[in-house]
Amino acid sequence: MVKKEKARVKTSSPLVKALLVLFMLCMAFFILGPLAWLGVHAFVTNWTYPNLTPDGWTWHWWTRVLDDSALEGAIRNSLIISPIVVLCSMVICLPAAYAAGRMTYAGRKTFLIGMFAANSFPKIGLFASIATLYYALNLMGTVVGVIIIQLLGTIIYMTWIPAAAFAAVPRNLEEAARDAGASKFRVFRTITLRMAMPGILVAIVMSFLASFDEAQGTYLVGAPAIFTMPTEMYSLVQNYPIQVAAVFSLLLAFPSVLLIGLARKHIVGGQLAEGFQIK
Amino acid sequence: MTEAVQQDGLVLNGLTKILGGRVIIDNLHLVVKKGEMVSLLGPSGCGKTTTLRMIAGFLIPDKGDILLDNKDVTTLGPEKRPSAMVFQNYALWPHMTVFNNVAYPLKVRKMQKPEIEKRVHEALALVNLMHHKDSRPGQISGGEQQRVALARALVQEPDILLLDEPLSNLDAKLRVKVREDIRDLQRRLGITTVIVTHDQDEALSISDRIAVMNNGKIEQFSTPQELYDRPETEYVANFIGSLNHVTGEYAEGQVISGSAVVGIRPEDVHFSKVQVPGSFPATVELVVPRGHFCEVYLKRDDVKLRAFISSDVPTAGTQGFARISKALIYKDGKLVRVA
Ligand SMILES: Nc1ncnc2c1ncn2[C@@H]1O[C@H](COP(=O)(O)OP(=O)(O)OP(=O)(O)O)[C@@H](O)[C@H]1O
Ligand SMILES: [Mg+2]
Repeated sequence: MVKKEKARVKTSSPLVKALLVLFMLCMAFFILGPLAWLGVHAFVTNWTYPNLTPDGWTWHWWTRVLDDSALEGAIRNSLIISPIVVLCSMVICLPAAYAAGRMTYAGRKTFLIGMFAANSFPKIGLFASIATLYYALNLMGTVVGVIIIQLLGTIIYMTWIPAAAFAAVPRNLEEAARDAGASKFRVFRTITLRMAMPGILVAIVMSFLASFDEAQGTYLVGAPAIFTMPTEMYSLVQNYPIQVAAVFSLLLAFPSVLLIGLARKHIVGGQLAEGFQIK
Repeated sequence: MTEAVQQDGLVLNGLTKILGGRVIIDNLHLVVKKGEMVSLLGPSGCGKTTTLRMIAGFLIPDKGDILLDNKDVTTLGPEKRPSAMVFQNYALWPHMTVFNNVAYPLKVRKMQKPEIEKRVHEALALVNLMHHKDSRPGQISGGEQQRVALARALVQEPDILLLDEPLSNLDAKLRVKVREDIRDLQRRLGITTVIVTHDQDEALSISDRIAVMNNGKIEQFSTPQELYDRPETEYVANFIGSLNHVTGEYAEGQVISGSAVVGIRPEDVHFSKVQVPGSFPATVELVVPRGHFCEVYLKRDDVKLRAFISSDVPTAGTQGFARISKALIYKDGKLVRVA
C-alpha cells in the first residue's frame, strides 16, 4: 500500500512532469555515472583519451589488489574494525535509546536534540583535541584508538533511530503481554525489542556504513600503523594505476550494497504499521 | 441455592487511587460474585479504566485491598494475577499471527506444544476464527480482532475476565452481535467478568448487575431492573434511561408545589382524550416519531412532560388528559419515595 501511494506522485502539468523526469535523469547520471565508470575501469587494460573503446579487458587489477599485502591488510582491518564498532555502539547506545524512548515526549526531545547538537560541530576540530588526549593515553596508532574514533560517528544513528523505534511501540502491547503472564524481561525480548527491530536494523546499517566510510579520524589516529579501506585510498590514488583504485572503490561499495539489500526486506516489511490501532 | 453458598469472585475493599495529585478513585467498595457479569458504567473520566487497571495489576492502589477468589492480590504484578484483560484497542501483537497471539500466554506458561495447539484451536473455534489462524492482526477486520483479543484472554482460563470498553471500536450492528456473543460465552464458561462501558444500553442488556460510577465512587450497584425501577440517586436516574424533572411534591398523581424533585420516566406518562381518575388536562405540543414508539411533548400550564407512546398516538394540538403512573421523589439528590 505504501509503495502504491509513493508511485502516485501528483503531477499537475506536462511541464512539471517533464522537469521531474529531467531531474530524475540528472540524479541517475550523477549517482550511476561514476559507478558505471568505476565498473568499467575495474576491468580494462587501458582506456585513455582519445580512444572511444578500451584497449582490452582483464581480471588483472583484481588479482593485483587481492595480492597486494598493504591493500589486503586494509580490507581485513575494515572488515574487522567496523563490526566491532557497530557492536560496541549497540552495547553503549541501545540501552540509552531505550531509556530515551520511554521518557516523556519533552524529555525524549531534549535528549535527541542534545545528541544532535553534540554531533553538529566540525569533526576535524574534535579529532584534533582527541589526538592530544590519545597521545597522553598512548592510543595513537592503536586499533582501540581507531575503534573509539569511529564509534563517535555512529552514536547519532544508534541513539536517534532506535529511540524513535522504542517510543513507537504502544505501551498497551507491552501491558497485554504482562497481563498474559510474561515477565518484564520476556516482554522486552518478545514484544518491545521485536517491534523496534526494523528501526534497530536501520541503525545498524547506518552505523556500519558510517564506520566503514570513516576516513578523517581514522587517518589521523591510525596512520601510519593502521589503514582501513577509506584511508588506504589516499595512498592508492597517488601510488597505483587508476584501475586499482576502481577495483578498490567497488570493494568499498560492496558491503554497503549488500547490507542495504539484506535490510530492505525487514525495513520495508511494514509490520509496524499494520495490526494495531494506536489510541 | 442460597446466598451463603455463593462465593465472592472479586472484592474491592476501600480502593483509593491518587493520580496527578487528584483523588481519582475514592474509597470504592465492590463485591462481585463468582461467575457473575458486572458492568462498570459511568461517564468519561469517572475512573472506570483506573479501577479496571487496578484489578488487572497495572496500577497499585494507594489504599484498600483487592481480593480475587478470596486471595489478596493487591500488590501482585499483572503477570502473577489470575486475571485476563481485553483492551479497548485490542492490543494484539502485529508481528505475530492470530495463532501466535492466542498461543503467547500458553507459551509463557511453558506448556507443551501439542497442548498449546489443542487449546489455541479450542479458543479460536469458540470465537469462530479458525479460518484466520494464520492471518496477521492487520489483515482482519475490527470485529475479528476483537474476537482474537477475547480468545487470547479466554485461553488463559482466567479466574476473572476484565473488559475495557471492548465494543467501542465496532459499528452499532456488530456491537449488538458481539456483546451477545460475549454474554453467551461468559454464561457458558461461568467466568467472573467485569466489563467497563459508558453505554447504558450495553450495560443493561448484558450484565447481571451494574455498578454506576460517578467521580471515583459507586453511586449504586444493583440489577438492571432495579437500577431502572428504583434509581437511588438523581444522578443514577438521569444516567439510566430518560427522565422528566419537575420541581415540586407528588400527591395523588399530580405534581404540586414543593421543594423536592419529582422524576417521571417518559413511559410512565400516559395520554388519553377522556378523563380518568388521577389525570389532569394537558395539550400535545409536539410529536417526534422514534421508530417503534413516538416521543410526545405534553404541556400543562407551566409544566412540560415527555411521554413515550406506542399506540393511539395523538397529533399535535390535541387537547386531552395526562396521567402519571409512577414517580420517583428525590430530596437532595437521594431517593426518598417511589409512588
Ligand atoms: N496517569 C494519570 N495521571 C493523572 N491523571 C490521570 C492518570 N490516569 C488517569 N487520570 C485521570 O483520572 C480520571 C479517570 O480516568 P479513567 O481513564 O479511569 O476514566 P474512564 O472512566 O475510564 O473514562 P473513559 O470513559 O473516558 O475511558 C481522568 O480524569 C483522568 O484524567
Ligand atoms: Mg476508560
